[in-house]
Amino acid sequence: MALKARRYLGPGAWSAFAALLFLLPNLGGPAFYESFLYLIFSWVALATSWSLLSGYAGYFSLGHAAFFGAGVYTTATLTTKFDVPFLWTVPIAALVAALLATAVGAVVFRLRSLRGELFALLTLAVTFILATIILNTGIDGGGGVFLSGVALPALAPTASGTIYRLGLGLAVLAVALSYVVRHSRFGMGLFAIHDDEDVAEVKGVPTFRYKLMALALSAAIAGAAGGVQAIYVGYVTVGETFAINVPLYVILMSVLGGARHWFGPAVGATLITVALFAFTSGGEALLGRAIVALALIVVVLLLPDGIVPTLLRLADRWRSPERRRPAAELPPTAVAGEPPHCAAAEKGPAILVCDDVRKSFGGIQALRGVTLSVHKGEILGLVGPNGSGKTTFINMISGHFSIDRGSIALGSDPIAGLPAHRIACLGIARTYQIPRPFNHLSVLDNVALAASFGTLLSGRSAILDEAWHWLEFTGLARHAFDLPSKLNLHERKFLELARALAARPQLLLLDEILSGLNPAEVENAITLIRAIRDRGASIIFIEHLMRAVVELSDRVAVLNEGAVIAIGTPREVMQNPEVVSVYLGKAYAS
Amino acid sequence: MPSLTLLAQSLIAGLMIGGLYGLLALGLSLSWGLLRLVNLAHFALAFLGAYLTYQLGTVLHIPPLAALLVIVPGFFVFGVALHWLFMRFQVTELASLLVTFGITVIIESMIQYFWTADFRRYDSGYGNASFHVGPLFVPTLELGACLTAAALAFATWSWLRWTYVGKALRASAEDPGMAAAFGIDHRRLSFLLSGMCAAYAGIAGTFIALISTLAPAEIWSWIGVIFAVVIIGRLGNPVGALIAGLAIGASESLTMAVVAPAWAPVVSFSVLIALLLWQPRWL
Repeated sequence: MALKARRYLGPGAWSAFAALLFLLPNLGGPAFYESFLYLIFSWVALATSWSLLSGYAGYFSLGHAAFFGAGVYTTATLTTKFDVPFLWTVPIAALVAALLATAVGAVVFRLRSLRGELFALLTLAVTFILATIILNTGIDGGGGVFLSGVALPALAPTASGTIYRLGLGLAVLAVALSYVVRHSRFGMGLFAIHDDEDVAEVKGVPTFRYKLMALALSAAIAGAAGGVQAIYVGYVTVGETFAINVPLYVILMSVLGGARHWFGPAVGATLITVALFAFTSGGEALLGRAIVALALIVVVLLLPDGIVPTLLRLADRWRSPERRRPAAELPPTAVAGEPPHCAAAEKGPAILVCDDVRKSFGGIQALRGVTLSVHKGEILGLVGPNGSGKTTFINMISGHFSIDRGSIALGSDPIAGLPAHRIACLGIARTYQIPRPFNHLSVLDNVALAASFGTLLSGRSAILDEAWHWLEFTGLARHAFDLPSKLNLHERKFLELARALAARPQLLLLDEILSGLNPAEVENAITLIRAIRDRGASIIFIEHLMRAVVELSDRVAVLNEGAVIAIGTPREVMQNPEVVSVYLGKAYAS
Repeated sequence: MPSLTLLAQSLIAGLMIGGLYGLLALGLSLSWGLLRLVNLAHFALAFLGAYLTYQLGTVLHIPPLAALLVIVPGFFVFGVALHWLFMRFQVTELASLLVTFGITVIIESMIQYFWTADFRRYDSGYGNASFHVGPLFVPTLELGACLTAAALAFATWSWLRWTYVGKALRASAEDPGMAAAFGIDHRRLSFLLSGMCAAYAGIAGTFIALISTLAPAEIWSWIGVIFAVVIIGRLGNPVGALIAGLAIGASESLTMAVVAPAWAPVVSFSVLIALLLWQPRWL
């Protein structure tokens, strides 16, 4: 009941609050309040924008001052040197910052190693470079820029009221944007990038583009905030604009409030701005800085999730029986447009054709020319000793590794060299030998993400229905709202399977899905794999457990030292002398 | 185009400052590469060391070498304590950046409180000593910093390369779980390394006090360059840090001579970005 009341009251209360804030300049209070509240809004916009990339996708930027400063100097230059009306300069400032961010991102996001920390430091480096350039060129020239002569549009009865409303608008825009992103497919992709970028890519998330978009969006808001800030301070200098305070406070505010919640940074920004003000007005700026720094340390160590998520978790626990709907009440599991049933054709058309696939790592030749094809509706067992290149082969097909030579085609489309997320969208899904779930997403969201990015389904309910369907199929429905850490190994392997299936693949790559399971669980899994094939998918099935391979596979291929040494029906292959010698030693082969 | 002598002179100056870069980068590179902790507080520690050298020298008239006898063990203990904090709260690589960011601000505030925000210059009496090689000046103190950096870098490198403790450290950095399974006590080793890194910061600080002018805000001005040096020299590689430091120092100095002094800060980052685009094997 209380919950219902809250839900209905929520938007009304919010609108009333926003209207009150909007009307404040008309009430004729002292300008000081407008000015102080503007500061809070400005920090809310900056902190919220920072968390779009750094909170959601986990790429910590230390360079928010660069984007903010780009905005400050865009407005300062355009208004003073080119007489552009102030209001026009704010979107231009946003654009300039976004372009700068895109350039930075295009360089650093291409790197595969050293990702997070390198990104943090490179953004810091960009700040220094930009500051040096602005200081040494006509943009600033070392003396700072006065904006005192710039005309302000009358958005409110007073000048401070106008700036106040601009700040309010920015803050509301930033928080609303953050909310929208958080609840969109884009936001889901960013969260997946945070947890495991490689897996996100393989599940169909265009990671490079998403990171770039998040960075550009984040920079655009910071740039707009910079543009307004320029007019607020009236005199801009390189030292003040590019001070290390900006990234320090932005990070602290977001982390304190909760960088992974859309409203967290706003709460953190308000708290810190008020605290800083209390210290500076008391004439203890130095102490204030030290205390803010100490707060950062304590928060990072003790409340790694931040205030808002911690409070929500407490509230959630308090009223958990109401919110947690039991799985039985959930939408029906029947899925519209289920893949057509297709009997295992002995010789359907080839769906995957690999020709002379080669890969070496340094001096080690992992694959020395693998040629094989998979037919539609076929289960191809892939066996071979450890280190024979089975998993490398899977990684080549799913696009995780680049190909040295040869070609791979899915149907008639060559897929070698495509980014992994494109391959995923074309209909190849895989599981990982050691399960790699997104640890901060619920089991349901893990599967929903794969459905959302791997299929053409659109609409949240259709995707959730699809996710529920595969959770039922793999028997994980009762864990839907749990985090993956609550699952045991068997369930985690099935979560891998559910995620792969939710993408509705034409070709499914199963990497040792049975290893580590007990005999009953193996039986269960074999039944499941048959059911999958009966729905029309082709399967490449890596396994050491020979019984399962013989039982399930239409054909078996044996890899040894990176080459296929035998391929055929299970019986033929098992009698092949070369295979016997590889498995049991030369003495048994004769 | 400046004369050849001027170019050679600025090359020497650059190599000398590059030695100091290498010295500062050493501890940072080790803790990042081998402990997976990004220690921003390294810079604050170096400046704390510099201010302590200054204080001991100007007020108590203790020579810098003797000051090191206090600073090195003191900082070693600080490094161990810092690492205890990281272990206690299982701080991740990114969180370590935030925590040490906070520590840096606190140390900066402390320095500003005790020594004010004014510039301080430690006049040790031999700050301007130099000798001639042909037409070129070689500043003695800077050469000392350079040689110290080289000695520490090579000593640390051989320690990591040849001793069991060093090999154990490298094994732990690569796979802590596996190293532990082979009986390597990662905790004890990491405390040792963390203490060493802090002590290196102290040594670098003493040279900073002797060579340059001190102000609390200067802490931040070194961060960009040194991180560029650490990355270019490859994480956890002491000799790489030294070489990268010398290279960056020399290219900065040549830029000052050929283009204009104000553009020097851009050099290291441009080199870094160029390298990231090029992606050579050793990076």
